[in-house]
Amino acid sequence: MAWTRQLLRVNLTDGTCIAEPVNMEWARQYLGQRGLATRYIVDEVDPKCDALSPENKMIMATGPLTGTMASTGGRYSVITKSPLTGAIACSNSGGFFGAEMKSAGWDMVIFEGKAASPVYLSIENEKAELRPADDLWGKSCWETDEILHNKHQDPQLRIAVVGRSAEQGCLYSSVINDLHRAAGRSGVGTVMASKNLKAVTIRGTRGVTNIEDPAKFMETVNAGKKVLAENAVTGEGLPALGTQVLMNVINEVGAMPTRNMRESQFEGAHKISGEAMLEPRKSDGKPNLTRNGGCFACTIACGRISTIDREHFSVKEKPQYWGNSGGLEYEAAWALGSDTGIDDLDALTYVNFICNEDGMDPISFGATVAAAMELFEEGVINTSHTDGVELKFGNAQALCWAVEQSAIGTGFGADLNLGSRKLCQKYGRPELSMTVKGQEFPAYDPRGIQGMGLTYATSNRGACHLRSYTVSSEILGVPEKTDPLATEGKAGLVKAFQDATAAVDSAGLCVFTTFAWTLDDIAPQIDAACEGDWSPERLVEVGERIWQLERDFNLKAGISGAEDTLPDRLLKDAAKSGPAKGMVAGLDKMLPEYYELRGWTADGQITAETRSKFGLPG
Amino acid sequence: MQKSLHIDPGKCTGCLQCEMACSLENEGVFNPSKSRIKVFTFHEEGRFVPYTCTQCDEAWCMHACPVDAIVINAVTGSKDVKADLCVGCKVCTIACPFGTVNYNADSGKVVKCDLCGGDPKCVSSCPTDAITYVDANATGLDKMRAWAAKTDNSVSADA
Repeated sequence: MAWTRQLLRVNLTDGTCIAEPVNMEWARQYLGQRGLATRYIVDEVDPKCDALSPENKMIMATGPLTGTMASTGGRYSVITKSPLTGAIACSNSGGFFGAEMKSAGWDMVIFEGKAASPVYLSIENEKAELRPADDLWGKSCWETDEILHNKHQDPQLRIAVVGRSAEQGCLYSSVINDLHRAAGRSGVGTVMASKNLKAVTIRGTRGVTNIEDPAKFMETVNAGKKVLAENAVTGEGLPALGTQVLMNVINEVGAMPTRNMRESQFEGAHKISGEAMLEPRKSDGKPNLTRNGGCFACTIACGRISTIDREHFSVKEKPQYWGNSGGLEYEAAWALGSDTGIDDLDALTYVNFICNEDGMDPISFGATVAAAMELFEEGVINTSHTDGVELKFGNAQALCWAVEQSAIGTGFGADLNLGSRKLCQKYGRPELSMTVKGQEFPAYDPRGIQGMGLTYATSNRGACHLRSYTVSSEILGVPEKTDPLATEGKAGLVKAFQDATAAVDSAGLCVFTTFAWTLDDIAPQIDAACEGDWSPERLVEVGERIWQLERDFNLKAGISGAEDTLPDRLLKDAAKSGPAKGMVAGLDKMLPEYYELRGWTADGQITAETRSKFGLPG
Repeated sequence: MQKSLHIDPGKCTGCLQCEMACSLENEGVFNPSKSRIKVFTFHEEGRFVPYTCTQCDEAWCMHACPVDAIVINAVTGSKDVKADLCVGCKVCTIACPFGTVNYNADSGKVVKCDLCGGDPKCVSSCPTDAITYVDANATGLDKMRAWAAKTDNSVSADA
């Protein structure tokens, strides 16, 4: 069991909220969350539809372990067709919202159509209704969160919301829950806003029952917690330094994309690293990091809770930003810092706050600013476009200006909100966009970590590190060390990571557990919680089925194998420094083997045999 | 030896494992809203604070109960609600200065921490030792040790 077996279907056009049973045959094939919701999208959404039209649907989905004591078991995902890429989108978030949805009795909520005017969805256990949100439109995520808590007079309400950037059509807007957790990538928040849906409030007091074998479940949960506690990454590195534990490590190995990926090492990395966040500052003697924080049920607690130096130019006149909020994760620190050449920790923390306050994905935002900076330095755009701002690499004031423009979609912010691909197309320099399928790269240069090149090229949601984090193997040696500069064997490695990750993303767990856990640790927890037998082998099969299903959606959306590639900068321009000096991303050495392992044709189409093997629909 | 819950908010990450362990032990369900221990988040300050019954010696709840449904557990010293005697009048929830006795509308009874009969599940589930179960007469030991460690032995009073 563990599933509630109920989903809520919200038709925004008609204003209806109707409960229906979950298709449990699909749950057996796709587990939950990412997999199960994708199966619904494939069934109900035309892959060719305009992502921002009422024809697109958006699903908020939990996994069978969401809301349980399984460590990190508080995740939910937002699944839809992406306006940034045109591909399937699935963005995963922690915090407390997902567990609350489960506790209210819902495995997932499907949103369809479009409301005539702004609304929000209020869920209290089995009761769900759409309420007017005209007064919330035009408010930031943080303002909306506060207004709704006050309106409902309930401090225990959990809220997911979109900010002003999404209302303005920014193509990489996130859904923000619990103030600073985000279903971050691919513009899932933009889809939510396009439906005139401002927020979802949930209070769930029914709890999660229906655990198949409670005693066995707690045995496996406790064993899993012990493994996480005793592992150097999940037990020490992540709690102490967060994902920012990586900043200096990745820079050392020469895989730190810098200044729109022109270089692969950043001279200022140590100033924006996890270690730097612990250094007391001059003004008040306090470090940037106040403490770490955990999402629901998480015994790792990698979350950063930070303050900005009150004397810093970004907030000196803005006391509303003097308190604690979500601090820099590695990806944000990289995109906002290294990729823009900015080593000002307080500026990056401020920009990260604003990304949370108005719901922009800091990876896509930072990478788009980086592309704009290169356009500026190349003279393609100039101060007439930027209100006189010198949008150059390394200019922290310009970055802070840019995020404020982007948050409300005004001035040059409207250009930035197009994302890197459309921005560079607009100004006639598409080759300067560091994207795959329209989505901006994350923080690993594939010239220095070859497996990540294949990861990015084949990711079903465009460039992304979380679809197969081979950094784990290639740099950290988990589960076993491979050579980051070699291409041999990477096709199989990437496929194995992709399949396992799809299963983890569908269970309700956080992928960060896999620094310590293998499927041998995860499968027993799912097996004890859910009906049927859930072995590691079955999870791999489910993961691969999900991968094939997502690929099938993308192919039907018109995204062919030709888009399984990387920008020329990574394929042709060699790394200038570090261990990978002189190397390019060797994608051509990995892609054909990968296609073969997937059971695809030489041009990336799914063969009839593979379709039938995984039972892909029509 | 009587033991007592000892809470160190500085170690709490706000993960709610304690709330789920509590609700599982007492209600058979993973459900923070049914937990007898609550973790409060102070976002602006960046603090998480677990809070539950301190098992007062002269327990207001116990004295206020008109039907003697709250009794001292001789083994653990906890003040336990006898569900079969409780009439759900809620006077104890008013009497408790700390708010740690609460009414459960599903059962029509009040609920409070009973130290799980001497094996508190919030303690065993906490990943950071923010909640421990220690000698009731020495709950200050950790703080004393921390301060003692700051003693500078290099400067002698005799010198």
